[in-house]
Amino acid sequence: MADLAERAGVTPSTLARRLAVLREDGVLRGVRGVIDWAVLGYSIEVMLRVTLDKTEPRAFDEFLAEARLVPEVTEIQTFLGTVDLRLAVIARDLSDYQRLYRERLLVLPHMSDIEALMHVSLVKSDETVPL
Amino acid sequence: MIELDDIDRALVRALATDATASAGALGRQFGLSQPACWRRIQRLRNAGVFRGARLDLDLERLGFGVTVFLGIKLATKGRVSLEDFERAVRAIPEVQVVDHVLGAFDYRLRVVARDLPDFERVLRRRIMTLPSVGNVEANVMLSEERRPGPL
Repeated sequence: MADLAERAGVTPSTLARRLAVLREDGVLRGVRGVIDWAVLGYSIEVMLRVTLDKTEPRAFDEFLAEARLVPEVTEIQTFLGTVDLRLAVIARDLSDYQRLYRERLLVLPHMSDIEALMHVSLVKSDETVPL
Repeated sequence: MIELDDIDRALVRALATDATASAGALGRQFGLSQPACWRRIQRLRNAGVFRGARLDLDLERLGFGVTVFLGIKLATKGRVSLEDFERAVRAIPEVQVVDHVLGAFDYRLRVVARDLPDFERVLRRRIMTLPSVGNVEANVMLSEERRPGPL
């Protein structure tokens, strides 16, 4: 906090007040701890790119509802583009991933195509904006 | 790898939601004294359970209405290509996340922009000019959920 105040060129009490206003306005929704899942024994991270059967009008809702029930799914995004959804999935090892993939993920409803990208390394992670 | 008991797991979940929560407040929530809770949190932090903290911002309110996920295939491979590409892509301010992946693409990028014309500018001037860049696929994000994960 003291570092941030110095960098912003204000006193710590001014900074605290300004942060409180940003929180009240909903611009700053929170400060989230980012878990390093590998340290907790989840060494595999896979991104699944999913295409849905759009002839089924409830495909998105039903797929999302089922995907939320899989604890190993850490992120879900929906898209406009060549794929409809992306799931970030973690697993303890490859055999754990294989079990998860067969028993929990391939059975998700209304999928017409699924493609996996396996995470190798994180080159950059900085979710700020160039203001 | 670190072994966690039920209280540790609850603490990790709580800190993942609010990294600024104090040891005193978390202790009261989970029936621990402040020092005991502080020691548990220190143990988790020292083991590297948290990679860091992330500001959860309403990007639209800040004028960044568009988030795009890019899949990038490199045109030429080799150690030098990877290093040059990674150095150059890291320097682009609109690029928030870069993952090196195995599969149909070599890299996955998360890019923020003010709007679609702004994204087009970033794509043309910054992404397409990256060293060794080959095929690029773009998907515009419509919604996102971060899930708590298997704790």
